[in-house]
Amino acid sequence: MKFIRKLFLVIIPLVFSVNAFAAKTDLTVGLQLEPPHLDPTGAAAGAIDQVLYSNVFEGLTRFASDGSIIPGLAKSWDVSSDGTVYTFHLNQGVKYHDGSDLDANDVKFSLDRARAEDTTNAQKALFAGITNVEVLDHHKVKVTLDKPNGNFLFNLAWGDAVIVAEESIENIKQNPIGTGPFVFDKWVQGDRIELKKNDAYWGTPAKLDGATFKFISDASAAFAAMMAEDVDVFKSFPAPEQLVQFESDPRFKVLIGSNEGETILSTNNKMEPFNNLKVRKALAHAINRQAIIDGAMFGYGTPIGTHFAPHHPAYIDLTGQSQYDPDLSKKLLAEAGFPDGFTTTLKLPPPAYARKGGEIIASQLREVGINVEISNLEWAQWLEEVFRGKDYGLTIVSHTEPFDIGIYARPEYYFQYDSKEFQKVIEDLTAETNPVQRTSLMKKAQRMIADDYVNGYLFQRAQLSVINAKVKGIWENSPTQATDLTSVYWQN
Amino acid sequence: MLQYFVRRIVTLFFTLVIASLVIFVSLEIIPGDPASYMLGINAQEDTLQALRQELGLDKPKLERYLEWVKGMLIGDFGVSYTYRAPVIEMVSDRLWVSLPLAVYALILSTLISLPVGIYAAANRGKISDLSVMGVTQIGIAVPNFWFAMLLVYLFAIILRWFSAGGFSGWEAGLFLGLKSLTLPAISLALPQASILARVMRSSLIDTLNEDFIKTARAKGLTQNQALIKHGIRNALIPVLTIIGLQFSFLMAGAIIIENVFFLPGLGRLIFQSIAQRDIIVVESVIMLLVFSVVIVTFLVDVAYVIVDPRLRSSIL
Repeated sequence: MKFIRKLFLVIIPLVFSVNAFAAKTDLTVGLQLEPPHLDPTGAAAGAIDQVLYSNVFEGLTRFASDGSIIPGLAKSWDVSSDGTVYTFHLNQGVKYHDGSDLDANDVKFSLDRARAEDTTNAQKALFAGITNVEVLDHHKVKVTLDKPNGNFLFNLAWGDAVIVAEESIENIKQNPIGTGPFVFDKWVQGDRIELKKNDAYWGTPAKLDGATFKFISDASAAFAAMMAEDVDVFKSFPAPEQLVQFESDPRFKVLIGSNEGETILSTNNKMEPFNNLKVRKALAHAINRQAIIDGAMFGYGTPIGTHFAPHHPAYIDLTGQSQYDPDLSKKLLAEAGFPDGFTTTLKLPPPAYARKGGEIIASQLREVGINVEISNLEWAQWLEEVFRGKDYGLTIVSHTEPFDIGIYARPEYYFQYDSKEFQKVIEDLTAETNPVQRTSLMKKAQRMIADDYVNGYLFQRAQLSVINAKVKGIWENSPTQATDLTSVYWQN
Repeated sequence: MLQYFVRRIVTLFFTLVIASLVIFVSLEIIPGDPASYMLGINAQEDTLQALRQELGLDKPKLERYLEWVKGMLIGDFGVSYTYRAPVIEMVSDRLWVSLPLAVYALILSTLISLPVGIYAAANRGKISDLSVMGVTQIGIAVPNFWFAMLLVYLFAIILRWFSAGGFSGWEAGLFLGLKSLTLPAISLALPQASILARVMRSSLIDTLNEDFIKTARAKGLTQNQALIKHGIRNALIPVLTIIGLQFSFLMAGAIIIENVFFLPGLGRLIFQSIAQRDIIVVESVIMLLVFSVVIVTFLVDVAYVIVDPRLRSSIL
């Protein structure tokens, strides 16, 4: 039956296939990766948020383009004086795309689902401190925490914390029903996802009538699609070497912003000889960051000296502490008992920053006598061997979660940094709500991991997007993995 | 005769069982866990466990193998781990791209190669034959993805006659659907056409040396008349065999071209599923391909026996 139906679908529109040229009110966005499914609360894939966050699904709070946290579905909130009770006041008149109303019960359902025993939420830790969620009335909900949490409103802005309805949860992976300014329309697997404007949106309506996300994984195909104007916006353009051609073409604009990807040479802190601070310090001084940025990223990227985003107000530049100095590096190695260097492994995941950067780092380390054996892994293999199995000496990876210095307080995390002192700082930071105190704790944390040379800190990746010059309102920076289209429009 | 068919069917059955075992075991051996791929690097151990349970990955291997085989016997190929959609639906959606693309490419390559091959054979040894041989040599040597990029550059970026890639979907109309498959089909057809033209040429030249052609010539036909009336028909058999082989290659082997033109075809599905460790999809798609090859081979064997009486006596 399906076959016959499809056959008709092929023949009938033949007569009507007219290519109309009207003023553009829709947008085609190119993305490199396709979401595995459409539930932002059920997988880590950034591609899900890139399509749906803020467009289809919304949370109580949300990220603004500068990375600050602003009200979302909650128009305001009160915090108890001890910082453990949050009372959220929801916006009135919010409707899901299926026409049902959003109320406090949905908030309770979403938060309870995310923190449940058998949840499949990839970021369960965001909800760890919640002890109770209570519905006060239709538009008021009370969330109780076990202790004050300065990150709580930030955590609620993540894509993993969007508000979903119990009635539509069963099919969310194929048919997502949210509250956002765009409605999910259709998904042609392997090709594209189409959204259309939500006319019944509770807030400021979208300016576009619809948006199509096209999935183009190959870098040269992305270039061709942009050049042929099949695609209006390419988020996170995969080939930095081709940006020059777009820059010199008046039809396009290249946006160079910041994103949350701290790219680091992760080091197995429990493994010989990296358990020796001097060796890690030697490693840091053997690396020429600028050469890696120029060679692997064609100059796009900002050197970092610690695990923190340079555009964050609390960032401190500690790159001076790990200046490129091969002589010092050799001296440190000799002091640590390795005058002739040693051999270790460098296991690289697929992205270009890792593969290209890895080769440059390998040659830089060879200069000081450290011989690295490179092996290229697929992601699934990397997760198994390196991340979970901790069977590696060195690896290169970009940590794309926003504000994630807290991973250094987890001794079981794959680089296995175990410092009681640091864990205390993060604990204090989480509990602290005073902004001044928080900033000073963040600075302290940055210094500690730089002083301990936990990992080789390479660079913050740049957010490189190519857009049609007539498209306005695309975010330059990427404080979270999202393509917020709420205020995007075509000039004329 | 009956004994022969029974023997063939038993062999076919064992081939499928062995293939399913090899596929299952080799995919179990490769490292990587679909749950941790999906949940990423911040997932907690209990969350991973919950997802594995949801996907049925916590069951013993033997039980999973038997369930998979049992499902296939009743036409149920399982549900994708990552997409959470039935595998059979995903495959049939992709076939709507891959199958027309393969047919399109094959038609193009046949239409180009047969006349060219015949022309070259008719003029063998002359300059025109030599230049055809030279051009087809280049056609075989040029990598099809590179040729595809050249086509995109010329027709999509410079002339803007075609989109750089993507598939409009058949709902958008037959014309737009075919249009979006045109550049990919041409890039796939070029090397195939070159091979086919050479096969056509050499097969025709061989035929022209046969006795029946000499008889035809002796009876008063010109060289070209003999070639057209008696040569081509007899030379087509090896050409058809090659076309058959090319078709199965085009069905599953277009991965690179699908990537260059970002087409949602079968090749890309397999490629993606391997990276995501969506093992159930990989297993089932490979099994389907094995099944179709085995069946086709079986049918061909049976057809030989029916067509050629000499073979019949040898098996009895």
